[in-house]
Amino acid sequence: MVPPYRAVRELGNFHYAPSMSPKRHPPASPERRTFLQKGALAGAALVGAPAAAAAQAAAPPAAAQAPPPLTHAVESAEPEDIQVLGDNERAGSDYMIDVFKSLGFEYFFANPGSSFRGLHESLLNHGGNTAPELITCTHEENSVAMAHGFYKVDGKPIAVMAHGTVGLQHASMAIYNAWCDRVPVYVILGNHADAAIRRGAEWYHGVQDAAAMVRDYTKWDDFPWSLTHFAESAVRAYQIAMTPPMAPVVMVLDGGLQEHPISRNERLPIPRLTMPVPPAGERGAVEEVAKMLVAAENPVFVADRMARTPNGMKMLVELAEILQAGVIDQGSRMNFPSRHPLNQTQRARAAVVDADVILGLELVDYWGTVNALRDQLHRTTRRVAKTTAKLISISTGDLYIKANYQDFRRLQDVDLAIAADPEATLPALIDAVRRLVTGDRQRVFQERGAKLAQASRAAAEANRVAATFAWDASPVSVARLCAEVWNQIRNEDWSLVSSYYSNDQTNWPRRLWNFDKPYQWLGHAGGGGIGYGAPASVGAALANKKHGRLSVAIQTDGDMMYSPGVLWTAAHHKIPLLSVMNNNRQYHQEVMHVQKMCNARNRGIDRGEIGSQLSNPNIDFAKLAQSMGVYAEGPISNPNELGPALARAIAVVKKGEPAVVDVATQVR
Amino acid sequence: MRNLPRRRAHASACALLAVTLTTIGIAQAQNAPAPKPAAPAAAPAGKIDNGGVLFKKVGCYQCHANEAQGGLSGPRIGPALFPWARFLDYTRKPSGEMPPYSAKVLTDQDVADIYAWVNARPRPPAVNSLPQLAP
Repeated sequence: MVPPYRAVRELGNFHYAPSMSPKRHPPASPERRTFLQKGALAGAALVGAPAAAAAQAAAPPAAAQAPPPLTHAVESAEPEDIQVLGDNERAGSDYMIDVFKSLGFEYFFANPGSSFRGLHESLLNHGGNTAPELITCTHEENSVAMAHGFYKVDGKPIAVMAHGTVGLQHASMAIYNAWCDRVPVYVILGNHADAAIRRGAEWYHGVQDAAAMVRDYTKWDDFPWSLTHFAESAVRAYQIAMTPPMAPVVMVLDGGLQEHPISRNERLPIPRLTMPVPPAGERGAVEEVAKMLVAAENPVFVADRMARTPNGMKMLVELAEILQAGVIDQGSRMNFPSRHPLNQTQRARAAVVDADVILGLELVDYWGTVNALRDQLHRTTRRVAKTTAKLISISTGDLYIKANYQDFRRLQDVDLAIAADPEATLPALIDAVRRLVTGDRQRVFQERGAKLAQASRAAAEANRVAATFAWDASPVSVARLCAEVWNQIRNEDWSLVSSYYSNDQTNWPRRLWNFDKPYQWLGHAGGGGIGYGAPASVGAALANKKHGRLSVAIQTDGDMMYSPGVLWTAAHHKIPLLSVMNNNRQYHQEVMHVQKMCNARNRGIDRGEIGSQLSNPNIDFAKLAQSMGVYAEGPISNPNELGPALARAIAVVKKGEPAVVDVATQVR
Repeated sequence: MRNLPRRRAHASACALLAVTLTTIGIAQAQNAPAPKPAAPAAAPAGKIDNGGVLFKKVGCYQCHANEAQGGLSGPRIGPALFPWARFLDYTRKPSGEMPPYSAKVLTDQDVADIYAWVNARPRPPAVNSLPQLAP
């Protein structure tokens, strides 16, 4: 790949610096290097010890081109040129900020890095550090996961600035999570393309094709050669990221393009952002789906990444109520109220087994919905759904797929597949169903709905009773923990911002709490990459902040230990968030996997915990949080102490700050 | 990949064995007089304390949680949910995701100790007495 701005300069068309003058801006690299050498020596003299400076001053000249001795006279002499922005000039990165502002970014998340220092400065001094406002992160993985969590609440992407090669390497796992979860994150990388003028560190942080490392799990990237090119690509990247199926994008911004001045007179338009309408299902196919649903005896809707907007849940409720059909919410998004009588999530397997028509709405794993895989020494599979059941899919997964990473799951043959966005398709499907419903069918639907409501109530009651077992045990049961949190927040405008576990649709919050608002459940990491939970919770809490919502995270210990510095970000930026540690002092899922191997190999089952424990010493999460300025209590082992501790922590959160309550818990 | 045909053959053989046994079983059931129901086997005396130690040591708690109340990956197994014979049989030959515990790693007496501990777990408070669980 040809480094962009050097190639352009060799053609005599230094596009983005048309106004530079020989005096202000050295036209070629050697002069710039000379200046930097002098600057570096002067800097060394300023920070060096006086004795060392005196020794240097006394040393004889070593060579003809050696720098002059550092004397007071030299240091106070006029420099050869003064390199500051002229009155008629502005920085390339100022224009970049103008373009980013036009896209409506509320925040930039970043761990600072010199490859985007120009953009960083423009954000502060040209952009006024508002819309977007810079949020300081302690790790690029945190930056991206925070952006991921923010989107889940706000529905808008966040831009993440990352430093050349190393910043992207840090960010990559979180980008992969966002990719698997089809969440847009707008990644901005700094990079110095022109090898002739790279500083020392820029060689390590410079790269020919920066986005190559994440291209398998991003939707689009570009490395603009000019500011006009930048602007068009910046807008295009936003459009691509936000058009279903959504995904992260990468913009690589050359350091020279950011830092070199441009004339204020140069006209650089900002392209208009026009968001494409999401693709809806073809009318004939939608009418066919309606016929199948109205004629079905036991239709069930299975929704996973369906609800893109708050309207998605409303429409799914409307469709389910017309048909009195059961709904299983697999939980990658908040698709359906947890206590709606038609919600069959807590008896999902039975609902699938009973179904004669299954409508999959943006299912991540259709095969896994209608089949089961048994994970033993010899893995086996079996069909769970009736072989006669008609399977329908509406998914953007049929519009776009990549080869290398296997997040697309097994192929499930279905009877009708519509390559479209389900939320965009629901209005037409609702209309088509309404037109087909007769009085006779309505009576059938009402009977069906009554049975489903009864089954739903029974499942809810069974969950309440199940939570009573081990109620007074220490360590605290996870059911007790979730019941205590619910007891504190049930009358608040709350939002559960944590990703819990991959099997989260059957976990305790979903079993006990009343989720009926789109922002109350945010799904999970997508790619199962641990280290998502804590930063995504902080990002989501930031999105909730302007609405005054009480953000709550049930925070696992292993996840927190990946990058606990996000607690500092929450404290520094006063992001109100209650984090309740589900501290079972182990990587519990991994213990179970090793346990399974121990059993299968039949040669000792009492050593399976080695390597997956987080004890001896136990981690004191309260002290960890306190060290970063976060209010914290714990560890709490007595379940009767939990409620009052939560109440105290919530009082802190309501004042606009984060709080942590560390709870020593049982396994999940 | 080289092992795959062999593994398939093994799986097929297992499946075939299962089908054969099932077929034989059905045939016997159709032709023979109905057997008298066997008296349920009584659980051997179990040492509760040792059962608690084993419940942790051999990883039962990983799925069934510390007090056998059930967790994400395993159901509640006590107190007093299963007869001894079914408890032992499932421990040896689970049909779901639970890993099998052979007699080599867990003797019948060990299982009996665990069974005794599981059944000695305290009964929970009434659900309606807990305001935290109010609907």
